[in-house]
Amino acid sequence: MLYGIHWDLSNSWTFAASIIPILLIGMKITVLATVFGFLIALVLGLVFALMRSAPMRIVSWPTRFVIEFVRDTPLLIQLYFLYYVLPDVGLTLPALETGIFALGLQYSAYTSEVYRAGLDAVPQGQREAARALNLGTMRTFRDVIIPQAIPRIVPALANYLVSIIKDTPILSAITVLEMLGVSQIIGARTYRYMVPLTMVGILFLILTVIAATAVRYLENRLPRAGIPLK
Amino acid sequence: MKPIVTFEKVTKRFDDDTVVLDDFDFEIQPGERVVLMGPSGSGKSTVLRILMTLEDIQEGVVYIEDEPLWHEKRNGSLAPASEKHLHKMRGNVGMVFQHFNLFPNMTVLRNIIEAPIHVLGLSRAEAVKRAEELLDQVGMSAKRDAYPNSLSGGQKQRIAIARAMAMRPKLLMFDEPTSALDPEMVGDVLEVIKDLASEHDLTMLIVTHEMGFARDVANRVCFFCDGRILEQGEPEKIFTAPTEQRTQQFLRMVLKE
Repeated sequence: MLYGIHWDLSNSWTFAASIIPILLIGMKITVLATVFGFLIALVLGLVFALMRSAPMRIVSWPTRFVIEFVRDTPLLIQLYFLYYVLPDVGLTLPALETGIFALGLQYSAYTSEVYRAGLDAVPQGQREAARALNLGTMRTFRDVIIPQAIPRIVPALANYLVSIIKDTPILSAITVLEMLGVSQIIGARTYRYMVPLTMVGILFLILTVIAATAVRYLENRLPRAGIPLK
Repeated sequence: MKPIVTFEKVTKRFDDDTVVLDDFDFEIQPGERVVLMGPSGSGKSTVLRILMTLEDIQEGVVYIEDEPLWHEKRNGSLAPASEKHLHKMRGNVGMVFQHFNLFPNMTVLRNIIEAPIHVLGLSRAEAVKRAEELLDQVGMSAKRDAYPNSLSGGQKQRIAIARAMAMRPKLLMFDEPTSALDPEMVGDVLEVIKDLASEHDLTMLIVTHEMGFARDVANRVCFFCDGRILEQGEPEKIFTAPTEQRTQQFLRMVLKE
């Protein structure tokens, strides 16, 4: 029994059917961690990208260091650090929030590169034309650069969405009961691992396929020339 | 009459230490239509790009009317210009690029009204009215709601001209406006520029290799070589009786093409 739900061990099929509601509770956490982790990555990544391309070196260099540091150290270490070390300095977050933040931070290092590449890929002539028309920096970004960068950025971001889904099981390392964590408990209590683990695999596959399909749909609908302005 | 553009002992070096302009002096009078010609890499486009504030300068002073472009007067001496000063000065100048550089995510109309609305502070209605007049002048009214990628090169360049004109610059510059076009498009674009020249008493600075066009439109042709003006004068004189050997060579080459 887990979360008050009993399993039926008569055979593999009844077992599988009976643990579905339990796994779905875990899936809720997986989806939560993915959605919020990805949102953090989208926003923080943009902030990193802009700070990194700032003209002042006192801003751009430390940002670059932080991005490299986050990107080149394992997520698991960052996770442990946030969860076990930060409370020593008085910063205690619940496990799920810590996990979401760690995922978001790690992926913001990736997404910042995606943003940067997307912004750089807008031809220089566009910036020059905007300057010749005396458009300000903000206006140039808003109406010229960002609308043209988005179709280049979205496909790459999408890959990271799929990838972040697949990274959520790492949260079980800090006691977050997402899908994999739940299935492990089921396995440990029933001594049957094959059914719950297979089902978790299938559920992950369903999640990633849904995400990838949604993103491909969006991608196909994005005009190549940029978000149109009338 | 005081010149609209003055280059005073201007030196432009790129980061790799190539000197493009060295101690360069140059003036344009209001209403003048000047054509710059010469071999590629001789610094013609750089002159335009400096005036458009796309390239800075290392030494000397550039004036637009009485005001230094790349400097500000502070406590009686000249200090490097702030972005605010550049923004103010840029309003005097417009530019048409070789590769048009239209905004592909905007309709033709939006390309033209974007800056008048957000920079000049025109209302949308005023900006649209201005844009429609210009579209009519360049013969592109029918394409008002089209996106640039659906247009030919010649059509794009006519839109780009309308877009630059919509800002009502005192000086309009053309950087090889026809050299990225298919040959059959060149005539249309040059015709549009000639019409503008005759209808508005706009000061124009044009980099082009089109000699026939230069002859029709320019009051003065400057032959540019190695970052300085080797020879200049009325088009008739430069084209029929150039005195410098390099000019003669260049003209022979261009005519052969």
